[in-house]
Amino acid sequence: MIELVVNGRSYREQAEPRLLLSDFLRHTLGLTGTHVGCEHGVCGACTVRVDGVAVRSCLLLAVQTDGCTIETVEGLAVDGELNALQRAFRQCHALQCGFCTPGILMAASQLLEGPPPSRAEIADMLSGHLCRCTGYEPIVEAIARVAGT
Amino acid sequence: MKPAAFEYERPSSVDEAVAALGRDGAKVLAGGQSLVPALNMRVIRPERLVDINRVFDLDNVAETDGALAVGALVRQADPRLRRHPLLAQALPHVGHYVTRNRGTACGSLAHADAAAELPLCLLLCGGSVVAASARGRREIAASELFVGPYTTTLEPDELVVESRWPLDGWTFAFEELAQRHGDYALCIAAAARRGDERRIAVGAVTPAPALLDVDSERPGESAAEQVEPWGNLHASSAYQRQLVHVLVDRAVARLA
Repeated sequence: MIELVVNGRSYREQAEPRLLLSDFLRHTLGLTGTHVGCEHGVCGACTVRVDGVAVRSCLLLAVQTDGCTIETVEGLAVDGELNALQRAFRQCHALQCGFCTPGILMAASQLLEGPPPSRAEIADMLSGHLCRCTGYEPIVEAIARVAGT
Repeated sequence: MKPAAFEYERPSSVDEAVAALGRDGAKVLAGGQSLVPALNMRVIRPERLVDINRVFDLDNVAETDGALAVGALVRQADPRLRRHPLLAQALPHVGHYVTRNRGTACGSLAHADAAAELPLCLLLCGGSVVAASARGRREIAASELFVGPYTTTLEPDELVVESRWPLDGWTFAFEELAQRHGDYALCIAAAARRGDERRIAVGAVTPAPALLDVDSERPGESAAEQVEPWGNLHASSAYQRQLVHVLVDRAVARLA
């Protein structure tokens, strides 16, 4: 049995040790906004924030997050309105199919909480996220727009 | 793919952790950025995982005895690691922003991927690890630690509790080529200098990172003559040898 808070809501659920956090979020909690691509830490699609830190949810066991606070892409919008980062993605055409987008949004959210990232720092962060639609430039643009850089 | 079943233990002290590791089929789970992919792909199927993420004593960085002592829970993204000049250069090449958030420096050493940055760095700066088990603690010099790909002289029941990175006046130049930023390296070369002393280390082209004794008149060329790269899907043996030549010369030039 594990207890955790996801997007401000408390949960108490069974999880066998081998259950990945990505599967726990999607299958046990029904939060399918977190996408599963490669399931070995390469594609970045499953990135969520655990106690504020962006991590691959396919490389964490659900039992490891007992007592933690988790944010997923479903937690970004405020009162049904897209947040500034999500709006910038829409304005800059920073997504097409949208499969990689939840993971990038969660990693970018952490990056934007630090000092305003340069375009080089944004590109460095994006090296851990595979996007096959956009060519990355619109994503850099969207994040830079929010950062004001 | 999903991991096979295992027993899960979450000790809260080093003593509890080494006791758990003394049992058969146990494996340390630290950052998990290499271990969990291997579990997911069922490359390994340990009977039990000993999760050290709540052994908070291990989240420590201190300058002691002229070295930066880095506890087993210190993440690769931790800014305290940048106090070591070689780590400051090498860490941006280690994995990605998100994997550095979770992956640990000590875990990378214990995992000992032949193409990883941190084992080479520990070797180049003359560092060591402290391994704990129910039998006690011992310090293992980097030169005695790395044997081959994913192979170290650590015993199965030993936990790396600390790595030690000497701060003794060397300056460093770190060079790496990977297909994409953050990927495993096709070749790593790093040079160190202190007064008239010189060291050169290469990685990803040898079974374990290696210190080379190079001709100071033609460092890159003589380094390339000393390695027998295996080659891989992305780089032939001849290409990797050429990379040794170029990257060693670049690193040496930056220190001149």
